Amino acid sequence: MATVELKNLRKTYLTEEIIKGISLSIEEREFVVFVGPSGCGKSTLLRMIAGLEDITSGDLLIDGQRVNDVEPGKRGLAMVFQSYALYPHMDVYKNMEFGLKLAGMPEAERRAKIEHVARTLQLEPYLHHKPGQLSGGQRQRVAIGRAIVRNPKVFLFDEPLSNLDAALRGQMRVELSALHRKLGATTIYVTHDQVEAMTMADKIVVLQKGVVEQIGSPLELYHHPRNLFVARFIGSPPMNFFSAIFQGGDAAGSSVQLRDGSTLHVPVTSPGLLPGTKVTVGIRPEHVELASSGPNSGVVEVIERLGAITLVHVRMPDGEIIVVQTDGAVLTDVETRVSLTLPPRNCHLFAPDGLAFEACHRHPLAA
Amino acid sequence: MALKTKTSTRIGVTILAWGIALWLFFPIFWMILTSFKSDVQAISSPPKLVFMPTLSSYAEVFERASYWHFALNTMIVSVGATAIAIALAVPAAYSMAFMPSKRTRSTLLWMLSTRMLPPVGVLVPIYLLARNTHLLDTCTGLAIVDMLTNLPIIVWMLYTFFREVPAPILEAGRMDGATRWQEMTMVLLPLALPGIASTALLSLILCWNEAFWSLNLTSSNAAPLTAFIASFSSPEGLFFGKLSAASTLAVAPILIFGWISQKQLVRGLTFGAVK
Ligand SMILES: Nc1ncnc2c1ncn2[C@@H]1O[C@H](COP(=O)(O)OP(=O)(O)O)[C@@H](O)[C@H]1O
Ligand SMILES: [Mg+2]
Repeated sequence: MATVELKNLRKTYLTEEIIKGISLSIEEREFVVFVGPSGCGKSTLLRMIAGLEDITSGDLLIDGQRVNDVEPGKRGLAMVFQSYALYPHMDVYKNMEFGLKLAGMPEAERRAKIEHVARTLQLEPYLHHKPGQLSGGQRQRVAIGRAIVRNPKVFLFDEPLSNLDAALRGQMRVELSALHRKLGATTIYVTHDQVEAMTMADKIVVLQKGVVEQIGSPLELYHHPRNLFVARFIGSPPMNFFSAIFQGGDAAGSSVQLRDGSTLHVPVTSPGLLPGTKVTVGIRPEHVELASSGPNSGVVEVIERLGAITLVHVRMPDGEIIVVQTDGAVLTDVETRVSLTLPPRNCHLFAPDGLAFEACHRHPLAA
Repeated sequence: MALKTKTSTRIGVTILAWGIALWLFFPIFWMILTSFKSDVQAISSPPKLVFMPTLSSYAEVFERASYWHFALNTMIVSVGATAIAIALAVPAAYSMAFMPSKRTRSTLLWMLSTRMLPPVGVLVPIYLLARNTHLLDTCTGLAIVDMLTNLPIIVWMLYTFFREVPAPILEAGRMDGATRWQEMTMVLLPLALPGIASTALLSLILCWNEAFWSLNLTSSNAAPLTAFIASFSSPEGLFFGKLSAASTLAVAPILIFGWISQKQLVRGLTFGAVK
């Protein structure tokens, strides 16, 4: 088991800087997820850790040792690629054996190890099949098996589930989490899917354009997003945003005036912001409540019934749409007028530069 | 683009293809036919299509020159040049395909452009180099020159084949602890084997048929089959029967070889193009 430390890592291709100084500590046994939109540099960062890309500047430490110039095969890592990257000319057994053989492990030991891993991953019937004869899910297992047999200090995954269909993806997500609990190995997992990030991670690193937007536990990111980008990216359906005018604040909270003239008192601090500044209010669909009358009224435009829950899209007088997640059995229909209640403790405020106002009280699950 | 071509178009294309194929094959056919004629029949006008076949030309050819000596030289030179060229081209193509730099494409184009130079342009320097290194009229000398002339094409072809191998598979090998050498020999080569085979095949054919350097750099010891044909072409007037027999003997092995391996060859030559 191992720790990984990134110290101001940078990567430049030709003249373009892709990774712009990333620092991060990964603890032993931790499951860390790099998440961010496509093209933000997740894969590049992972490949720098793996040794498949040169590090332009900064230090990479594994177990306290600087490994910038260590060959990929000697860093004690194993990687699962998005395309699985199995050796097409070798059967499943040989695929798993390749690394062990190169490491000079004796035949009997190799066999025992591969058979053990194959049993864990239910790959025994396929040991002598070529990758071309396997389904996507089975190939995925082989790729994971090939990583496990090497008993690496750190597992690296680059979008390993993105080529699977939705049902299988859900199943593999659970299996990977269980496997991580069982093996207890430090894991770095790259995905663009925030659901994968939320469900699997001990720690999420949100990336955008080569910079870290926020690092924290899933619930920390959910309850206390550091800025608009993270607030928008984490959570499904995404957070609602609308503008308001900052009126003033103290240690107990900040007051903002909404478009319809009503005042909202949110328990967040607002150091140094001038009254009259335009700010953004954010609230998640699951926190907005429907009322039949009251302030903040709008017209229901679309209703999405998912069975257990219902998503109600309400058009406000200023034209903005606010999505409300509510009970599956709610009777509201399209074209009807509803009022929205915005519980202040669930509201987020964002300054003009996109940074969130600090909450007065941390959420108990995100301490 | 229409998926189904019209029947009339298809028939037209088929006729055209057969026409071209027959047009290209006719000289070979005529050569083989002539080789079974006596020298007198060979020059009769109008040419005879129906005649009593005879092996007399072949008998005379074998009597006059040692076919096996020339054939062995051709084989040594072709196989040797191909083996060395592949050995040099694999690492070159590997680095260009998987570790390209800004200048990789222009390097490839430049290499190919050297093929466009007429060989006679470098005849004198190459001849002098061969003479000064005592490689004139040796299989080694001819193999080196053949190898160098074909190297650009071979690197280019291997580069195209290697580009088809997904890079993550090689990277997986590297993660598994393979050195660059092991990555190339244990992962890349088995995957690119069909492509390497077609490339080697093409190189063999090019070397087998190479005449310019053979005629200029060899005289007797290392003379290959192309020189064997040439030796029947003029000195005592034109004896078309013997010339045809000698030519047939010279091209027969590679023709048969090419026929057997044509599937591989066509697949290889269209590999990059048909995706
Ligand atoms: N070899 C390369 N040369 C130049 N630019 C690259 C190269 N690889 C990746 N990039 C660029 O780096 C950025 C990040 O890519 P990547 O790490 O693959 O993103 P992600 O995995 O988050 O989708 C992209 O804008 C991509 O165009
Ligand atoms: Mg990626």
